[in-house]
Amino acid sequence: MQEQTQIIVAENVHKWYGKFHVLKGVDLIVDRGEVVVLMGPSGSGKSTFIRTFNALEDYQEGSIRINGITLSNDLRNIELIRQEVGMVFQQFNLFPHLTILNNVTLAPIWVHKLSKIKAKELAMQLLERVGILEQANKYPGQLSGGQQQRVAIARALAMQPKIMLFDEPTSALDPEMVREVLDVMKNLAREGMTMVIVTHEVGFAREVADRVILMDSGSLVESATPELFFTAPKQERTRKFLSQIL
Amino acid sequence: MTHSKPPLWRDHRFWQIIVQLAAVICAILIVVILGLNLNRNLQQLGIKFGFNFLQQEASFDIGETILSYQPTDTYTRALLVGLINSLRVAIAGIFLTTIVGITAGIARLSDNWLVRNISLVYVEIFRNTPLLLQLFFWYFAVFLSLPNVEHKASVLGLIKFSQNGIELLGLNFSPEFSTLLLGLTFYTASFIAEIVRGGIQSVAKGQWEAGRSLGLKPSLIMRLVVLPQALRVIVPPLTSQYLNLAKNSSLAIAIGYPDIYFVASTTFNQTGKAVEVMLLIMLTYLTFSLIISFLMNLLNHTVQIQEK
Ligand SMILES: Nc1ncnc2c1ncn2[C@@H]1O[C@H](COP(=O)(O)OP(=O)(O)OP(=O)(O)O)[C@@H](O)[C@H]1O
Ligand SMILES: [Mg+2]
Repeated sequence: MQEQTQIIVAENVHKWYGKFHVLKGVDLIVDRGEVVVLMGPSGSGKSTFIRTFNALEDYQEGSIRINGITLSNDLRNIELIRQEVGMVFQQFNLFPHLTILNNVTLAPIWVHKLSKIKAKELAMQLLERVGILEQANKYPGQLSGGQQQRVAIARALAMQPKIMLFDEPTSALDPEMVREVLDVMKNLAREGMTMVIVTHEVGFAREVADRVILMDSGSLVESATPELFFTAPKQERTRKFLSQIL
Repeated sequence: MTHSKPPLWRDHRFWQIIVQLAAVICAILIVVILGLNLNRNLQQLGIKFGFNFLQQEASFDIGETILSYQPTDTYTRALLVGLINSLRVAIAGIFLTTIVGITAGIARLSDNWLVRNISLVYVEIFRNTPLLLQLFFWYFAVFLSLPNVEHKASVLGLIKFSQNGIELLGLNFSPEFSTLLLGLTFYTASFIAEIVRGGIQSVAKGQWEAGRSLGLKPSLIMRLVVLPQALRVIVPPLTSQYLNLAKNSSLAIAIGYPDIYFVASTTFNQTGKAVEVMLLIMLTYLTFSLIISFLMNLLNHTVQIQEK
């Protein structure tokens, strides 16, 4: 029954880079359909933490279960989990040698073994959803940053993940393009996608997040509804952090 | 606002043309002077310049021919046989060295310690020893010490090695051809491996991460995402490796494989037509080079154009 609601269960996760202790026993449970925003100063381990959810980073102690699958060194599990989890990066990481359409269809064709026609149908549908349909035959280099990031979202969605991870998706964008990307993310949240988002967009967090978490020096400091987090934080550390970004 | 035209002597395009013209005139002058000089020397020695000797009977044997050839054939025929032998080894070499080079380059970046280091040792040894030495190694230490034909060593029954060379799917290759081919292949591939490694490493780490986060296997990421991008960096320096391979094939003479250079040397020894034979050889390798450059430029164009 628990597995039905809890889609990410991270318990006591520790990670070291050599001697450097990046994650110091982090616990986090995310429910299906929940939108969690992760904030914290640079170098606090936010990226490292969410990248353990799709095994882009390994960890040395603790356990992580994604949709009931335990993340271990078992390659089969890693592949299964990566199909459940989509990720959007700060630098978009689109494939520059492929058209927008082929960026989106690549994984469905090669991982889900979709036919080219089916994959194209799916891609067109998703590109329409993120408002990039007309650009389908262009190359990433010909699109603006905001458009590229929307393509990156469509590309991740094409694998029909149950969870979407966002690592500072708007930090590399010109200010006037932040909105279009956040709007796509808002729609996704409204449709019930489980999302873990590293961002410093306070307006977005207040409007969309179910929960906002502060991470500092490899630990989770405070976790609260956006209302409480931004207006009545319990921890001194959170107050200090908010005073720096607000 | 329109710009008034600057006077001619201040127009940089005018000066560019002048400099180029001057260079061309200098080049022509040098060739003419050298030519006249050569002509005078030849006349003093009583030698006539001309290619008539090509129609004479070659009267030497060639060990390995694809075209039918007898000593009673002309020098033209002999040189053609040599040319075809050169082309054969160069084309096969370029094909094989590409495969070996890419494999070794990818292996250099393997997660597997053993694979990575075997490739490293291979690259360092073959890159840092003279090709001539390697040819002698293949010829004397490998082929001539292989079992004789009755006891040939066989890999899966597909490739058979013996003192008589390599037998692959019923095709026979002489020890000389095999030596030259393997020597050129593994020597050049050690350079190509480094080019491929550099090309792969030039692709941003984020491309791997994007591929992994989409659930693609590492081998697929390499094939579909990384290599196509690496090619843009790999192809230009690859051209010069192919050119090197084609030119290095003239070392055939050291192990007695009758390539164009070998046949041409024999022709020169018999006829004394030093200048003519040298011109023919130069022309041959120049043509090789131009063809390779032309094809590689086409390839380069298609790889580079992808992004836009
Ligand atoms: N590959 C690595 N090797 C060693 N240290 C690393 C490595 N990757 C990250 N770190 C360190 O781990 C710490 C956490 O990095 P991480 O990228 O998770 O922080 P972050 O909270 O996402 O910061 P930012 O807001 O700058 O993105 C940093 O101090 C960083 O220098
Ligand atoms: Mg980060």
